This record gives sequence, C-alpha cells and structure tokens, in this order.
Amino acid sequence: MLRLTLLSLGLIFASGANLAAQEATHTLVIKDHRFQPTEIEVPAGQKITLLVKNEDPTPEEFESKDLKREKVIPGGQQATVNIGPLKPGKYEFFGDFNPKTARGHIVVK
Amino acid sequence: MLGAAIIVFREVFEAALIVGIVLAASAGAPGRSGWVSGGIAAGVVGAGILALFASTIAAAVSGTGQELFNAAILLLAVGMLGWHIVWTSRHGRELAASARAVGEAVISGSRPLYVLAVVCGLAALREGSEIVLFLYGIAAGGGAGAVSLSAGGLLGLAGGVACGAVLYLGLVRIPMRLLFTVTNWMVLLLAAGMAAQAAGFLVQADLLPPLGDAVWDTSAVLREDSVIGKVLHTLIGYVARPDGVQILFYVATLIGIWLLTRWTGRPAPPRLGVPAGRSAATP
Repeated sequence: MLRLTLLSLGLIFASGANLAAQEATHTLVIKDHRFQPTEIEVPAGQKITLLVKNEDPTPEEFESKDLKREKVIPGGQQATVNIGPLKPGKYEFFGDFNPKTARGHIVVK
Repeated sequence: MLGAAIIVFREVFEAALIVGIVLAASAGAPGRSGWVSGGIAAGVVGAGILALFASTIAAAVSGTGQELFNAAILLLAVGMLGWHIVWTSRHGRELAASARAVGEAVISGSRPLYVLAVVCGLAALREGSEIVLFLYGIAAGGGAGAVSLSAGGLLGLAGGVACGAVLYLGLVRIPMRLLFTVTNWMVLLLAAGMAAQAAGFLVQADLLPPLGDAVWDTSAVLREDSVIGKVLHTLIGYVARPDGVQILFYVATLIGIWLLTRWTGRPAPPRLGVPAGRSAATP
C-alpha cells in the first residue's frame, strides 16, 4: 500500500517535471522599483515560467494575490516563478517592498 | 516613513495575531510568558540570520529553496499546533477543572509550552525576515533617512502588536470553562490555513500539482488584500482563489487532527488495584 502511494506520488512529480520542460518563459525586469513590461499576455490553460530579473541593488518581493505567488528576489539576482495553467482574465502582481511603483498584470487569453 | 510603517505593520500584524491566539490558548499556564517571549526572541534573531542568507536560500535546490523553506516552516508549525490540540483535548477535562480547583499549577505546569514557543518563533522568523530585507532595501537605496525609517518601523511594529493584544484581550474575556474549546478551534483553523499555505508554496515550486487553479473565486465578495480578507487569511486561511490541492491540504489537516484527538482522547482504562499485566504474570 505504502509502495503504491509512493509510486503514484512519484508519477505525479514526474508528470509535473515533464510539463515544466514544455512551458514558455516570459521575462520580467525590475528596474528603479518598476516592472518592465507592466503587461504580459499569455495563453489560457498553459503552464508559464516567469523569469524575474531584479536589476535594482535592493531586494524585491514579487507578489500576486490573484496568482497566489510570493517570492523574494535579492538585489541583482533573478528567480523563476511558475504559474498556470490559468483561466482567461486579468491577474495583477506587484512588488511587495515598493507597492506604489512596482505594479503590473498578466492578461490570460 | 509611512511606507515603512505600513509594510512593517502588515508583517508584524500576521505574527502578532498568531502570538495572540497562542497566549490565549496557554492562559493560566505558569511560565508561558517566558516560553513565548523566548520563542519570539529566537525567531527575531533567526530572521536576521535568514535575511543574510536570502540569496543562498533563493538559489538553493535549483531556485526553489525559498518555497521549500517556507513550506517546511509552515508544516512544522502545523505539526506543533496539531500536537497542542491533541494534548489539550486529552487533558481538557483536567484543564477545565483545574481552572477552579487547587492544584492548577501541577496540571497546567506539565503542558508542553515549548510547542507554542516554537510556533511563535516560526511566525516571527517568517515575517521578520521579510521586514529585515525590506528595511535593508530602503536603507541601502538611500531613499529614506535612518530616523524616518526607524520611526516608521517602530510605528508599524506598535500597530501590529496592538492588534495582537486586542485579539488576546478579547479572547481571555471568555470564561475559563469555554476558553480552551474556543482556542482549540482557533488553533485548528490556524493549522489548516497554514497547511494550505504550505501547499501553495509547494505548487509554486512545481513539486505539487495545483489540482485545479482557482477552484472557486470569491475575490469579488472579499478581496484577500482587504483588511478583513487579511485577518481571515491569517486566522482561518482564507484564500480568494484556492487551488484544489490547497483545499485538500486544508480539509486533510482538519480531519487528521480531529482523528488524532479522537484516537488519543479515549478515556484511559480504569487503573484500580494491581495493573492487569502484573496480576497475570505473578505466580
């Protein structure tokens, strides 16, 4: 029973890894506490990888309640954020350490 | 200054609500303030160290170190909260009686307070490390003076602690007879919410399938970043657009802890006279 559970868990992880290999990557740059670009358009129902490059010397947190994602990106570094598959709509994201300037959204079509 | 105050407030607020519940759940236990403040102090020190290694953690395990770390901290807290519930429900009758009878110290003194200290420490660690990174960012960016920054930070800290204090003072007004029932329910929902949050981090790390993104969407009714939304997110794990696997973790935690209390909470067999084992073995 336990072996069966472990096997099925393994399959779930393996299928996750397979999907990861196929997904598209979109780059998001943080500069002067702003996101560039501020709008990203992605297709619905697909897994997407966001490559967030922080070109500021200070840390920033990529955060989105709509996408349920939060990830701290140290100054001068980059990180990937996996999102999707998503339903069509507008998903806002922001920089938690500079919420006034660092704002953007993803349009899923 | 206001920007710093708001961001520090938001992080402290979450940790303060958790500490408020923990303090109410351990009401009447001698030595609890020492345990809880010790836990918080350890968490704050840990937050500073954690912030120092933020880059290392972020880059670890092919870029998923941060997610794994957060999920591990949350699941550890879930375990501690679960253990607290199992313990108090097992000794619930004694606890309620001890509130009236003499010998309170004997019974409540044996409560596993380190469990609650760890929960407070983990809350301070998680929220504190974000505050350290944020304040470091402002200080390094030269955006604000040191005085303005510390004033904002202290204002945010005071505001967050005040919210936790209000929650605690409200809870301890509940009659002792009911208090542990109420706090046990709150701790149960807190644990379930943390488990769902941990599941969210594991989905983000691509280690768990979401099993359906946004199974329902209540963001039109209650936004998660509204004040009430934030309070409910911290207290009962409110998520406006939950993943299927988050719901699964939430429900599994509720049922799992409940089953454990049923299993361990069965009244012990009467221990009258000679223990059964010995009476059979002695000739």
